[in-house]
Amino acid sequence: MAIDRSAADKPFLLRLLSGISPRSTGLGPFIAAFMLLAVIGLTVFSPWIATHDPLAMDPLMRLKPPSEAHLLGTDGYGRDLFSRMILGGRISLMIGVCAAVVALGLGILIGLLAGYFRAADAVIMRAMDALMAMPSILIAIALVALNGPSIGSVVMAITIPEIPRVVRLVRSVVLTVREEPYVEAATALGSSTAKILFRHLLPNTMAPMIVQGTYIIASAILTEALLSFLGAGISTEIPTWGNIMAEGRQFFRITPGIILWPGLLLTICVLSINLIGDAARDGLDPRMKKREA
Amino acid sequence: MFIYLLKRVLSVLPVLFLVSVFVFLMLRLTPGDPAAIIAGDNATPETLAAIRDAMGLNEPLLTQYASWITGILGGDFGNSLISGVPVLDLVAQRVGPSISLALMTIIIAIFVAIPMGVIAAWRHRSWIDYLVMSFSVLGFSVPVFLVGYVLLLIFSVQLGWLPPQGFKPIADGLGPFLERAILPALTLASIYIALIARMTRAAMLDVLNEDYIRTARAKGVGEQRLLFVHALKNAAVPIVTIVGAGFALLISGVVVTETIFNIPGIGRLTVDAVLARDYPVIQALILLTATLYVLINLAIDMSYSLFDPRIRY
Amino acid sequence: MKLRDNDFSAAPTVLEIRDLVVGIAGRAGLPPVLKGVSFDIRRGETVCLVGESGSGKSVTSLSTMGLLPKDALAVISGQIRLNGQDLLALSPGQMKQRRAKDLAMIFQEPMTALNPVMKVGAQITEVLDLHTSLGAAEKRARVIDIMKQVHLPDVERIFESYPHQLSGGQRQRIMIAMALILEPSLLIADEPTTALDVTTQKQILSLIAELQARHGTAVLFITHDMGVVAEIADRVCVMRHGEILETGTIRQVLEQPRHDYAQALLSAVPSLVPRVSRPDAVAAPVLVAKGLGKTYRSGSLLGRKSEVRASYDVGFDLKPGRTLGIVGESGSGKTTVARSIMRLIEPTEGQILLDGDDIAHLSSSQMKPRRRKLQVVFQDPYRSLNPRWTIAQSLTEGPLNYGVPYAEAIAEAKRLLGVISLPEDALRRYPHQFSGGQRQRIAIARAVMLRPDVLVADEAVSALDVSVQAQVLDLLDELQRQTGIAIVFITHDLRVAAQICDDVLVMQRGAVVEQGPAGRVLHDPQHEYTRALIAAAPGRFWDFAARKPLVA
Repeated sequence: MAIDRSAADKPFLLRLLSGISPRSTGLGPFIAAFMLLAVIGLTVFSPWIATHDPLAMDPLMRLKPPSEAHLLGTDGYGRDLFSRMILGGRISLMIGVCAAVVALGLGILIGLLAGYFRAADAVIMRAMDALMAMPSILIAIALVALNGPSIGSVVMAITIPEIPRVVRLVRSVVLTVREEPYVEAATALGSSTAKILFRHLLPNTMAPMIVQGTYIIASAILTEALLSFLGAGISTEIPTWGNIMAEGRQFFRITPGIILWPGLLLTICVLSINLIGDAARDGLDPRMKKREA
Repeated sequence: MFIYLLKRVLSVLPVLFLVSVFVFLMLRLTPGDPAAIIAGDNATPETLAAIRDAMGLNEPLLTQYASWITGILGGDFGNSLISGVPVLDLVAQRVGPSISLALMTIIIAIFVAIPMGVIAAWRHRSWIDYLVMSFSVLGFSVPVFLVGYVLLLIFSVQLGWLPPQGFKPIADGLGPFLERAILPALTLASIYIALIARMTRAAMLDVLNEDYIRTARAKGVGEQRLLFVHALKNAAVPIVTIVGAGFALLISGVVVTETIFNIPGIGRLTVDAVLARDYPVIQALILLTATLYVLINLAIDMSYSLFDPRIRY
Repeated sequence: MKLRDNDFSAAPTVLEIRDLVVGIAGRAGLPPVLKGVSFDIRRGETVCLVGESGSGKSVTSLSTMGLLPKDALAVISGQIRLNGQDLLALSPGQMKQRRAKDLAMIFQEPMTALNPVMKVGAQITEVLDLHTSLGAAEKRARVIDIMKQVHLPDVERIFESYPHQLSGGQRQRIMIAMALILEPSLLIADEPTTALDVTTQKQILSLIAELQARHGTAVLFITHDMGVVAEIADRVCVMRHGEILETGTIRQVLEQPRHDYAQALLSAVPSLVPRVSRPDAVAAPVLVAKGLGKTYRSGSLLGRKSEVRASYDVGFDLKPGRTLGIVGESGSGKTTVARSIMRLIEPTEGQILLDGDDIAHLSSSQMKPRRRKLQVVFQDPYRSLNPRWTIAQSLTEGPLNYGVPYAEAIAEAKRLLGVISLPEDALRRYPHQFSGGQRQRIAIARAVMLRPDVLVADEAVSALDVSVQAQVLDLLDELQRQTGIAIVFITHDLRVAAQICDDVLVMQRGAVVEQGPAGRVLHDPQHEYTRALIAAAPGRFWDFAARKPLVA
């Protein structure tokens, strides 16, 4: 019985579009996309949605429960929790996207080199093994502690531990695809190394990279929160989800909402990004489809 | 066989060497004067110069690395800047609670996650599969500390069933130990379970698609035997691998969990060292955990031949 | 050897399939995959289901075993009666009891059909564990006995072996032992020899026939290979698109096929009689190999050095307009030779003279100007074209690399599309929109875009159905006549080699054992291995296209 490989052969955008339809994936990814759009809308337009100045303190209004004036109550300095939460999300999301872009860019470049040039491979991969061996949260904490609590150093601290994963993924795709007959045929047709790398191999990494990118955004948002929570994040003057929750720690028994509300919004955001990533992966992975057929 | 083992053990040396280089450079190549960072904000120029001299910062980089790594190989990780105690002693004092917490977590995770993954794969696309997958995605999406706080809120603040924080070693009795360790272990296990269940399911789905599973069905093998005898052993290698790779996750989890539950372990030591900018301690902790990670994964690599006779050394 | 000629009219019917309709699960609107299949198998009889890919022959066998992929396919109507009892009426538990006991199955891929982490002895014993209550010693004796019946050597050792320690033929014997240990009345064999070399295939086929005669098993044999059919079938069902188009005794179907499709299928089977050899060209050879060899060395500081001689001492010369066949079984080194000639790998010894220049050790930049003379077509049509590129991009890739203006390249691409009988609008489409045969023709067109002197075809028709195979062979022949290109044709299939090659080179374990004009080598083989290879070619006593026995 011949194997039907038609699904694997389609260009990946087509595969993505044909793979994600309500019939094949269920409603999950669509609900996730809707939730994510809502979170993005809420955070991006936070300056217009916010009911209060997120930085304005009010000593008389400390730790108030939710009321008509303060939708979700106030924090330890009497600042409006809702306004802070949606503004904080904006910075958290931005950090996530930046980390993903930087990690993917560097990772793809290094991965292509490692996958195609045997001489570079051994050295690069040992360095990546070393990076993988160091617990990412420890490197991140140390880097932020050393470089100061700026947004830039937090992005760098989150990005560096993500790079080895991207490199490994790109390299494995390159190693598989370079054995494909069409790549060998390209060699026989006199195509240059650069052309083979960028026209034949690179496009094959795009689908897994889009998926990986979503996972990196999700994990970066979590890591940012974790860093702030441990006191090694962005300077506390800038509200991020992590910083808001970190400040809520000491009031946890009185007003758990300061941790729970931003935590809930963060979870919804990360969850929907992960769900979209999973759906994209299932849509792009022909083996998953074959199982259904 | 022996040659292979030796080669495998030797192959981790370059990785460990590179780790040490990264850790070393992390402190030296960051903008600003390491001596100034170490001395703190209020140091006088004289103290600065003294520290710089003591650290050998005026030597060439290579010499600095050489003397640093020789010390470490001889077991001298330096002294804590805060307490002046040798770093290794600090670590030794704190390692007990972290290890018992980690072991408990791994046991919970393996016994919960593997059956979850197997059943989800077996009933692919059924409600139970969706349930397992939803739990697993959720496990990846909730910050660990939030899980910890929610558990605290429910079981000790609201219900008052368990003591809120702290730690008692097993030596003080199993009851007091479990009472305090169960919430942190569950917190830590949540993400680990998600990870292992997801990998188990994926590996099982791959295996269940294989020809030999069809052969087994053609022989009249029942479903239970099919899953746990024929399929699971074939899926073991990726599952064991993820248990090892997840160790990195466990470390970051330990840092957070110990902070929330106020457990005097390695995690707390890390956070305290970071907040106090205690660099020798940070360096030592990164080096030690990275070495542990590499060794655990080496052991896991070696264990593959137990599961798969095709892998022989 | 001749066609089987047994009368089974007195034997009891073992399997009766009536109007079997199988559809795609949960999609009532779609046309069924099997559209009412009916046939019988009697005790001791072998019925061959023959057809090309997608004909529904495997779906028929899986339906009978009750092993249709649960969420994908489902029996809609019809009956499958085994010894008078309708299998479709049984519960899953009852069906489980029947398997291995009353009906058993062997599969195409012996490499993947056995559990890699269980010893093979235990895998056979498991059948007895599940269906009998014998004691341990008795079970072991039964297993050893069946392993001897399938002629496995050194049975005690193999009992304790894992599948990866056995050869493909041995694994398939284990599968057969496992299937027949409980003496089921029906054995289903789904392409059981397709993945094996011809010499192993011959042994497995005669083993099945031997055990069938001993136990009186009814055999449902599924294959796409007419040669195999001629060897083993008592009756034949020709299938296409989920329907049986023609049923009859083997003699009826091979001598007087009634249905057009059956006739076309038989006519497409290449003959083992070599084609009339063409007069040797007077021109100078375009490609010469001398003492060519490739040895893979591995080893490091600590490990022992190991060497694998993939090929050695290969020599030939190839003149314009001629075709050289390199024939051998898997592991013979034929593909290594092809890849060396193409300089996809660097040979470790010998010379490759292209137009008189030695290219064996040129660097990639020195190779570049020479590559346009030397093109390649691979085996797998699904992986030969970049799935993300349009056909126009694929076809013009070579010319653009050599500075040909785009307009000129695209004009040539359009012309070649005509040659390979595809419409011009194919240029804008992607590979997934074409069938396997069409893609292979496009790959050939891409190779000849640069007007090379030499074309290396590495198993270029092996993955194709026999009717498509014939079209592609015709295309190569026509291109050769038009352009005088020289072809190196790598194949494991003697029939294909006989049809296309002027000269043949037979390889075994890395070495050339015999070479010479195709007519001579195939008609009057000198080397023992060549003779064994020819003797093993299934159905070699029958001329399918002529519908009569071959007179040697």
